[in-house]
Amino acid sequence: MLKVVVVGNGMVGHHYVEQLTASSVEAHITVIGGETRPAYDRVHLSEYFAGRTPEDLALTTREHYVEIGVDAHFGDPVAKIDRDSKTVITENGRSFAYDKLVLATGSYPFVPPVPGNDQDPCVVYRTIDDLGNIKAQADNAKVGVVVGGGLLGLEAANAVQNLGLQTHVVEFAPGLMGVQLDAGGSGMLRRKIEALGVKVHTSKATEVIESTEGADSRLLMKFADGGSLATDMIVFSAGIRPYDQLARDADIKVGERGGIEVDYHCKTSDSDIFAIGECALFGGRIFGLVAPGYRMAEAAVSQLTNDKQSFQGADMSTKLKLLGVDVGSIGDAHGQEEGSIAYTFSDERIDVYKRLIVSADGKKLLGAVLVGDCSDYDTLLQYYLNGIDLPADPETLILPYNAGEAPALGAAALPATATICSCHNVTKGDIVDAMDAGFYSLGDIKGETKASTGCGGCAALLKNIVDDQLETRGLEVDKSICEHFAYTRQELFHLIKVGSIKTFDELLEKHGKGRGCDICKPAAGSILASLWNDYVLDEKHVGLQDTNDTFLANMQKNGTYSVVPRVAGGEITPDKLIVLGEVAKKYNLYTKITGGQRIDLFGARVQHLPAIWKELVEAGFETGHAYGKALRTVKSCVGSTWCRYGVQDSVAMALYIENRYKGLRAPHKFKSAVSGCTRECAEAQSKDFGVIATENGWNLFVGGNGGMKPRHAELFATDLDDETLIKYIDRFLMFYVRTADRLQRTSVWMSNLEGGLEYLQQVVIEDSLGIAAELDAQMDNIVGTYQCEWKTTIENPERMKRFEQFVNADAEDDQIVFVQERGQPRPATEEERIKLLAETA
Amino acid sequence: MSQVTICEQKDLVANSGVCAMVDGRQIALFYLPEETPQIYAIGNWDPIGKANVLSRGMVGDINERLVVASPLYKQHFDLQTGECLEDDEHGVPVYSVELTANKVILTL
Repeated sequence: MLKVVVVGNGMVGHHYVEQLTASSVEAHITVIGGETRPAYDRVHLSEYFAGRTPEDLALTTREHYVEIGVDAHFGDPVAKIDRDSKTVITENGRSFAYDKLVLATGSYPFVPPVPGNDQDPCVVYRTIDDLGNIKAQADNAKVGVVVGGGLLGLEAANAVQNLGLQTHVVEFAPGLMGVQLDAGGSGMLRRKIEALGVKVHTSKATEVIESTEGADSRLLMKFADGGSLATDMIVFSAGIRPYDQLARDADIKVGERGGIEVDYHCKTSDSDIFAIGECALFGGRIFGLVAPGYRMAEAAVSQLTNDKQSFQGADMSTKLKLLGVDVGSIGDAHGQEEGSIAYTFSDERIDVYKRLIVSADGKKLLGAVLVGDCSDYDTLLQYYLNGIDLPADPETLILPYNAGEAPALGAAALPATATICSCHNVTKGDIVDAMDAGFYSLGDIKGETKASTGCGGCAALLKNIVDDQLETRGLEVDKSICEHFAYTRQELFHLIKVGSIKTFDELLEKHGKGRGCDICKPAAGSILASLWNDYVLDEKHVGLQDTNDTFLANMQKNGTYSVVPRVAGGEITPDKLIVLGEVAKKYNLYTKITGGQRIDLFGARVQHLPAIWKELVEAGFETGHAYGKALRTVKSCVGSTWCRYGVQDSVAMALYIENRYKGLRAPHKFKSAVSGCTRECAEAQSKDFGVIATENGWNLFVGGNGGMKPRHAELFATDLDDETLIKYIDRFLMFYVRTADRLQRTSVWMSNLEGGLEYLQQVVIEDSLGIAAELDAQMDNIVGTYQCEWKTTIENPERMKRFEQFVNADAEDDQIVFVQERGQPRPATEEERIKLLAETA
Repeated sequence: MSQVTICEQKDLVANSGVCAMVDGRQIALFYLPEETPQIYAIGNWDPIGKANVLSRGMVGDINERLVVASPLYKQHFDLQTGECLEDDEHGVPVYSVELTANKVILTL
């Protein structure tokens, strides 16, 4: 079998392995990674300081490599390539033979040769281990300097600022991000990040770094212009250099300024050796972005198959958020092409800068710079990449809308070859193909093509294409909730709210037909409860509730119910524990601890429910809403009260949250958790909304899920005080309640939300829809009108009638039979039941 | 044929079900005040979920047939014929029932 050895397990090396194992090539793959851990997401490295763990950043695991039959070794870098015997030898002396060798060794951070740059508080920003160093140095530091004002430097500055240090950026060139931005854009970026508290020093050449241990700060940087800057630590992030030493030593051709030379097939001067990613030099250029690296990996894999693709260089246009500022750069940002014409729009009131570079004849877009607002990026990129003719007045593309109608680039105008998702290299043609194959919903198309599942930047464009295609095909996706209402849940919510509709009958009369069913009735019941918060078993609502909601308990397979009292935050007194035990014994109930830190009592006959609740309510319990599409639990760890590591009182916060949202009816159930530190023992990142304590407050995560389709929650906001945290959760939940589909958990809702996390942040934090006050008021109303449904029920003799087993007899359902197992009752199997009933008869 | 008075109209719950025990049989009674007739009786035993639960299901209509949805696995049973809409193999017995002078009278 073909022996393929891959040296380096960064993002690109890992992508190569994935592509090769997915291809038709039969190969034995060996991976040798220099770092101690398998590939991880370097692009989002700075999120490590915002609560992401190495596991979150991981792209694969050792176990996964074993599963797919890849022989992987970590922490023992390759020291030498022996081309004659076609083997590689590691630092520990192990050797591996290859037929084909792939160098994906990446790059290392450039550290300017300044005297004093080798002291402990001088660190680099490249690997997870580097982050550990940065954190260690930052622990006792007040001030941090980042040397380098490019893309990587500003990423590092973000990390330093996240660590709570006063942050400085020192750049040799006259402006920030000189490669991607023109002077105007660079100036605007500087204004914006200085407004965020980062101090920027440009045109500064560092001459020496002196140790000042014992003084107020540890280091003193002295500049060529005579100035100086005191700091406690320095992060060098001034660009990268290709790691090409292995190739040099083996006499493989490298460029004058470094980089392993490769051809269109990513082959080096030795045709059995490939180089891909940041260590490779193609056409005299290093491609320091992940997307071109992936294209190289794919081209290199294809050389082993019949489908030989070539790497043709890559577009280096980029859109990103640096320190929270939107920055976009397309093509010839500096207008270097002769005769090109520039259009510039700048608004210092809102700190937005936009610039277009257009060909001399005014027909084609050559480049663009966007700072502070990247909403035009996708459209401009399509003009640029596909050479689409510009409108007669190109300036309308970047001017604010009120200055004239901006001609949005219709999805129909894009050619099939247009790249829509550059993370996964999905073209418009791929999307059309997926739709030809019968995938019509956004979710299905994303699953099928992977489009918009990377950075998510193309989500709006993807939706335009899908909508356009649906229209062209004359298809209208039927979103009716059921045969009785030709509306989505969101539309029903709106109708009920605007029409002040208070009952299902009224809704049916005004907007539906027929009598309703078990789909639309509970959906309407939930919306009515979300909006008006009446008692759910009120006469006019009782027919709308599923059996679980009607009987305020969960029906189990034999027709009995389970009862779950609320144990907010998982905190319970010994006396209350004893009550639960006593009630369970008295009514012969099976007890089990739930995943949400409470106790479930199983096997209650319907006629016993009121008596069980009565005893529980008298002991101070209330309903846990385990039956409802409502808040289930807010799990917590013990937090700073007991734990040596806790930094906030997670139990108190969990109690507050659980008591605030208990009873809120939603499109589906929702769960939460609060962890007292980043160790995350409460598993908050697998919840619909999760809260993790930081030194400075709380980080809020949203849209997580465990269960059948696990989804990692997304970091929504950081270092919030108590009041802001609750405000954001209020709005998040109410916005979900308003806009989600029936039975749609927050995770799926967020995956389908056009604009994703960023859009949600705008709605909740910036109030972009102008509905925040309304959401707040609605939540206050729900919180203020809470009632324990068990208590209301047992206080009302009329309601109690529903809990009689038979209207005409005082008897038990004799088909409910229990047997004992491990000291507790359980439902008899069908066989057991028939046998036991025959014996008693 | 025998007629049994099971209960009074006030014992029923509008647009929902209750259960009665007649001659050792569990019977689910549904009271739909807007319909004609207003009352329906079927067996309480869910032949698919295998438990006495149909009286606790939700009522509605599917393709203009009055149905109850099983609270266990959500199959729909026709209140007038006892047929299961999702599964031809299973059905439930249907009983003749009427509401006369506020009394619920079942014919067996």
